[in-house]
Amino acid sequence: MKRFWLWFPLGLFLLFFGVVASGLIKPSSTTIKSRMVGKALPTFSLPAANEPQPGLGSATFGQGQPRLLNIFASWCIPCVAEAPILMKMAQQGVQIDGIAIRDRPQDLARFLARNGNPYKRIGSDIDSRVQLSLGSSGVPETFVIDGKGIIRYQHIGDIRPEDVPEIMAALKAAR
Amino acid sequence: MPDAQYANTQLSDPAKEAKARELMLTLRCLVCQGQSIADSDADMAGDMRALVRRKIEAGESPDQVRSWLIERYGDWVTYDPSFNSRTAVLWIAPVLFIVLGLFLARGRFRKKAK
Repeated sequence: MKRFWLWFPLGLFLLFFGVVASGLIKPSSTTIKSRMVGKALPTFSLPAANEPQPGLGSATFGQGQPRLLNIFASWCIPCVAEAPILMKMAQQGVQIDGIAIRDRPQDLARFLARNGNPYKRIGSDIDSRVQLSLGSSGVPETFVIDGKGIIRYQHIGDIRPEDVPEIMAALKAAR
Repeated sequence: MPDAQYANTQLSDPAKEAKARELMLTLRCLVCQGQSIADSDADMAGDMRALVRRKIEAGESPDQVRSWLIERYGDWVTYDPSFNSRTAVLWIAPVLFIVLGLFLARGRFRKKAK
């Protein structure tokens, strides 16, 4: 017993050392998942970001069909990378709506002219108000909203070709 | 883009501004990771400051604003973690270590008394 207490502080120190060292070597994941997945889409109404295309409100969702809600911005570089994939999904009949974060109409128009416009509606969120209410922490992010208006899935970062099957499956499950 | 209203503008009521400011110091900027929204120059931190000031101005309490954010981002967003089953160890461990330390040191006290 005495031997045990003699070594106990060293053991404790090594435990601490291990915890700190592992934290330094392998930093924890820095993507913050939204806690809103599984909850109803918050009520919002955003003005049009790309006239004459209509703006976006929460009333558009929950009409019986699942929709994709893409958070993007013209100043966001990964958004350029995912644009062709969104275009392809739109061509396959996926209903995509966009929320443009902190964006100017002229910049957005140029972005859409260059990268294509897969969006049915685009809302302008100039102070990230709706983005924050969704629990989203960056651009691009994509949410699947089911036919009842419940958030079912969140994809953080640009959509790569390998992410498409999972998103399509989430859309199918959200019907 | 101009800054969001209240991102870098104080509230006109000093009491509310003080409350908002105190809260902002304990909320983590989502994109800078390791800075409070009061300290960060990131656009998103500005938008979060605007959100905090707007809600405080509308009469919400700092705790209400904090739980609104925790509801969306989890405990990660606050530097002042609430007490729950996941954070219990964080709060209780220091007390346990003091008790343990006293227990380990008890022999020394006893010797002195003799």
